[in-house]
Amino acid sequence: MKKINKKFWLGIIAALALYGVVQVLLTTGILDDVQRSMLLLICVNVMLAVSLNLINGITGQFSIGHAGFMSVGAYTSAILTLDYDVPFVLAIVAGGIVAAIFGVLIGMPTLRLNGDYLAIATLGFGEIIRIIMLNTEYVGGASGLSGIPAKSTWTIMFFFMLITVVLINNFIRSTHGRACLAIRENEIAAEAMGINTTLYKVIAFTLGALFAGMAGGLSAHTFYVITPGSFNFLKSFEILVMVVLGGLGSTAGSIVGAVFVTLLYTYLRDVPEWRMIIYSIVLILMMIFRPGGLLGSTKFSLKKFGKKEAKANGGISDSSAS
Amino acid sequence: MAASATAVLLDVKEASRSFGGLKALSEVSLHIKKGELIGLIGPNGAGKTTLFNLLTGVYPPSTGSIILNNESVGGMKPFKINHKGAARTFQNIRLFTAMTVLENVKIAFHQHAKHSMFTSMLRLPKHFKEEDEITRKALDILKIFNLADQSEELAGNLSYGNQRRLEIARALAAGPKLLLLDEPAAGMNPNETRDLMNLIAWIRKEFDLTILLIEHDMSLVMGVCDRIYVLDRGMLIANGTPSEIRSNPKVIEAYLGQEA
Repeated sequence: MKKINKKFWLGIIAALALYGVVQVLLTTGILDDVQRSMLLLICVNVMLAVSLNLINGITGQFSIGHAGFMSVGAYTSAILTLDYDVPFVLAIVAGGIVAAIFGVLIGMPTLRLNGDYLAIATLGFGEIIRIIMLNTEYVGGASGLSGIPAKSTWTIMFFFMLITVVLINNFIRSTHGRACLAIRENEIAAEAMGINTTLYKVIAFTLGALFAGMAGGLSAHTFYVITPGSFNFLKSFEILVMVVLGGLGSTAGSIVGAVFVTLLYTYLRDVPEWRMIIYSIVLILMMIFRPGGLLGSTKFSLKKFGKKEAKANGGISDSSAS
Repeated sequence: MAASATAVLLDVKEASRSFGGLKALSEVSLHIKKGELIGLIGPNGAGKTTLFNLLTGVYPPSTGSIILNNESVGGMKPFKINHKGAARTFQNIRLFTAMTVLENVKIAFHQHAKHSMFTSMLRLPKHFKEEDEITRKALDILKIFNLADQSEELAGNLSYGNQRRLEIARALAAGPKLLLLDEPAAGMNPNETRDLMNLIAWIRKEFDLTILLIEHDMSLVMGVCDRIYVLDRGMLIANGTPSEIRSNPKVIEAYLGQEA
């Protein structure tokens, strides 16, 4: 117990130190505007990847509708700040809560499905949200909402990200998180050992949606404009790529994946024709050399020693499923 | 005292289960008293595992009732039946292979944890208190099964025999009144089987358990069980003490076939 606490506080201190250094670099102007918006994007993407990892990596439910939840949070908080003058932080949290409500509503019927079927159902959900936004005049239709106050600062973004990571990680490393892991490992055995599998699937889905909604709200207040097109299925896949690249089931992996993909995205902006090619090559190389992801947890790499062949096959079938 | 010792723990009344046109179990009735060790035998495809699946809620009985500890559990979800006090193992081992041995056992204690997920997410004192308690209890169970020094090993890396033992340990950790063991000695050599049977006899006494056991090894079943039920083609064809079963012509017929 003491050990866990010590490690935990060391992590917090390291995070705060990182925050301080970046804050100094920003105020002294060493980091320019491009780099600043990249840092904000990293915070959003880390929140998205860590929350999707809870659903896909920990609970083992293959969901690819994460951009849908992000969109619900983004629109909700943007409308609240634009039309109702709700304080910024409150609007973000409200966006997350509305997204979480959608998580419960979507999760209850779809989580009866397994594997591919769940993937298709969640993909459908994401698209339905997008089409609804596209055809609703109140939220601006195809041109979306613009003039959203750019209130996201590095400080606010960083602390939202830190809270997300800490809360989700605490959840994973508790008896409730173990229940989710057990569902991923063997659903029938988990149920037979007294775990209410339906309940825990919905909980994981709802928590994931909550933080994705908040990430959506933060990104809306960073980039002034949101359109339905910015939350299409490609965005869902981008989040999935971060999680898979970092290693399914590893929180640290999701963070690394999110940072890596955002860096790639930003620095390849000048050569757009090469971006998707490099993107794919990175993924193919990962599938060949590290099928468990960059930081696949030690648990996975240990398993790999025993069943190298089986693991490699598993990795390939995973990638074809995505 | 005498009354409670002979009270019926599990009472199955004319339970049937069909899959489409196939009647896997027809009107099976059996009862198990508290503290008994009951064997369930029968040729391949007789419906033994189907009966286990009915008892643990994997699917509901088509007709008939299942009463566990004076409460009807027919049609309840598996996790509910587990909470009511029936825990099982599986014929084909179903461990959480990418989790550690300790974590596997901790899963069974989840139902007794009182703290909410918000307590865990905010790391309030109650989280640590209950988590420590779960770890301590899980280690105690592992010690009984001689698995404590492998507690940090991944369950998937254990030897076959140890995986079987871990499954029993996990079922036991749920704190059941009725323990259902589906071929616990399958794939074990005679020495391992004998050790396992001694262990089962010991935990039965130590934890005051009632046990229902599916097993193929006749000598073993005859040796340890108080009573034996025999299933054949979905029907109960015999029930009685081991010596009665051994000389029952119906049982001999089911296993060896009819004389020409």
